[in-house]
Amino acid sequence: MAAHLPYEYIYLRYKKKFPHVWCPGCGIGIVMGSIIRAVDTMNWDMNDILLVSGIGCTSRMPVYLDFNTLHTTHGRALAFGTGAKLANPALKVIAVMGDGDALAIGGNHLIHSARRNIEITTIIVNNNNYGMTGGQFSPTTPPGTFTATTPYGMMEPGFDICSLAQGAGAVYVARGTVYHVMELDKLIAGALEKPGFSVVEVLAPCPTNFGRANRLGDAVKMMESLRDGTITQVQAEKLPPEERVGKTVRGVFLDREDSEGYTARYARLCEQAAGGVSGK
Amino acid sequence: MSGVPWGETRLVQGNEAVALGALAAGIDFFAGYPITPSTEVAEILAREMPLTGGKWIQMEDEIASVSAIIGASLAGARVLTATSGPGFSLMQEGLGYACMTEVPIVIVNVMRAGPSTGLPTQVSQGDVMQARWGTHGDHPVIALAPCSVEECFNLSIRAFNLAESFRTPVILLPDEIIGHMRERFTFPKQDELQVLPLSEPNVPVEWYEHYHQTASGVSPMARFGRGYRFHVTGLTHDVHGFPTRRIDEVVPKMNRLKQKITRRLDDLEQNEIHGVDESSVVVFAYGSVFRSAMAARDILAKKKKKIGVFRPVTIWPFPDRTVKEKLDNKDVIVVCELNQGQLIHEVERLTSDSVRVVPMQRYDGYGITPEQIVSKVMEVS
Repeated sequence: MAAHLPYEYIYLRYKKKFPHVWCPGCGIGIVMGSIIRAVDTMNWDMNDILLVSGIGCTSRMPVYLDFNTLHTTHGRALAFGTGAKLANPALKVIAVMGDGDALAIGGNHLIHSARRNIEITTIIVNNNNYGMTGGQFSPTTPPGTFTATTPYGMMEPGFDICSLAQGAGAVYVARGTVYHVMELDKLIAGALEKPGFSVVEVLAPCPTNFGRANRLGDAVKMMESLRDGTITQVQAEKLPPEERVGKTVRGVFLDREDSEGYTARYARLCEQAAGGVSGK
Repeated sequence: MSGVPWGETRLVQGNEAVALGALAAGIDFFAGYPITPSTEVAEILAREMPLTGGKWIQMEDEIASVSAIIGASLAGARVLTATSGPGFSLMQEGLGYACMTEVPIVIVNVMRAGPSTGLPTQVSQGDVMQARWGTHGDHPVIALAPCSVEECFNLSIRAFNLAESFRTPVILLPDEIIGHMRERFTFPKQDELQVLPLSEPNVPVEWYEHYHQTASGVSPMARFGRGYRFHVTGLTHDVHGFPTRRIDEVVPKMNRLKQKITRRLDDLEQNEIHGVDESSVVVFAYGSVFRSAMAARDILAKKKKKIGVFRPVTIWPFPDRTVKEKLDNKDVIVVCELNQGQLIHEVERLTSDSVRVVPMQRYDGYGITPEQIVSKVMEVS
């Protein structure tokens, strides 16, 4: 697309919808920037792009972007997206969700979308808590940390989003952070290129809620924690096990070439059915 | 069998007629989750739709099903899901979303006995109020209650047309007896049917308003992927679809949601009325109970006792005007329902104290028999 124009003139509903709702120091705007740059590399017609979300801070993103945009009910972005994609397979469907939206209330849709391998790029912004409602614990709140609903510390173990996505059948799984922005651009572009169900987990700070509840410092300090607390896969291989403790690994964990997307498979099924192939 | 057997006479089941009605109306997309006693609708469409490239998907639950059909409708498909009581409960949030975002969808809810798992294979009319008020907040609702296989077919088509015409969800509410009974039915010829095309905006992209204010309250709806880029949200929104909290935008939106139904009641109202003007005693019944009411009327006629029978076909919006006009001068109205009293409150609301409104209710999982209605009428008149 016309890359010589500043991105905001091409992709943002800049005249209508700003300023945005996110807090100072929030990571979601950075993820939006990465999505814009990754989409720009794809040379897609903006009329073909559907950005779908659920409910929460991350899910407010669609209103700012000049695609077809669908802000749905809590947890259901992938179910709405599945309907839209199957009804019109020409649509390029991108789902953006927070950790609570994608893994708690929407967890069932996440694993079944992965199992079906529906052609949707799923971006999960993981800030370890429910920001919009005031910082309650989510399925990715680390054990022992404090939130509005874990005043004595989180007692439940969390989900590993990337392991969950791989186990459920996603064909592209990656993790990045909002500190490592250029890397994130590439991870998201890799997901967009995939004709199947792809998942990118993005670690992001929530200084207003999670950061304050756990005395993690200001937004800059939390960004530095992303820098210091994460390592690449190459670094992980080199580090002795005792030094890897507490570090989160970034990178592409799965990139399968052998799996056909749901709508492609469905089209073949229709051809077979019309040709008289039936179980009965 | 393949497709709609246009012009042929067959022995057809109610749920089958619903599915074939959907095919006749040009359904493009079905999403559902198995549940008794509605499953035949999904099964028949699973067999038929892929043959012509229609999209059919079994989702992971009913929440996903209703969400998928809303997404598909926005992407340009004519959509349906089919469920029953507990599944209908799970769909309520999505139903409200479709009301708020004005997305045409059709939901078939074959009513079984509740609450909760209840009597899964047995009949009730317990979801009448759930259909009206199941989702939160003020909202418009259209619900149709068929009483025969023929009507399952015709109202299935009508449901799609109304959803498109009013840009709102339409609920088809057969009870289990109607869904599972079989009757001889002659399908119409294809050219006898009227199916509304899906609306398309006819304005330049930059002029398009997703919720344009019109006299009827309904404006043509663009679909994703056809050049009109718009925003859809369940948040209260302005004419473009963007969230708003401005009073001068919130109130018109809410008023329009209500008025697009109330301004066109004539397009929605459908009743079947037998001998009401000539009788001082009227039986009010709908769905399968109506059939017993008509049989009771015949039995009573042989005993030289005259009764009228009033059946709303469209149960929501309730036919206020006609009920008031036709029933407010009667001595006795026997309201027969397969529940502990749901539409009886509407009849009571619309009639004066001088009219005796008598309940005849059954909620044990079985239908009301003609004999029960006969003895109730003899007892109260």
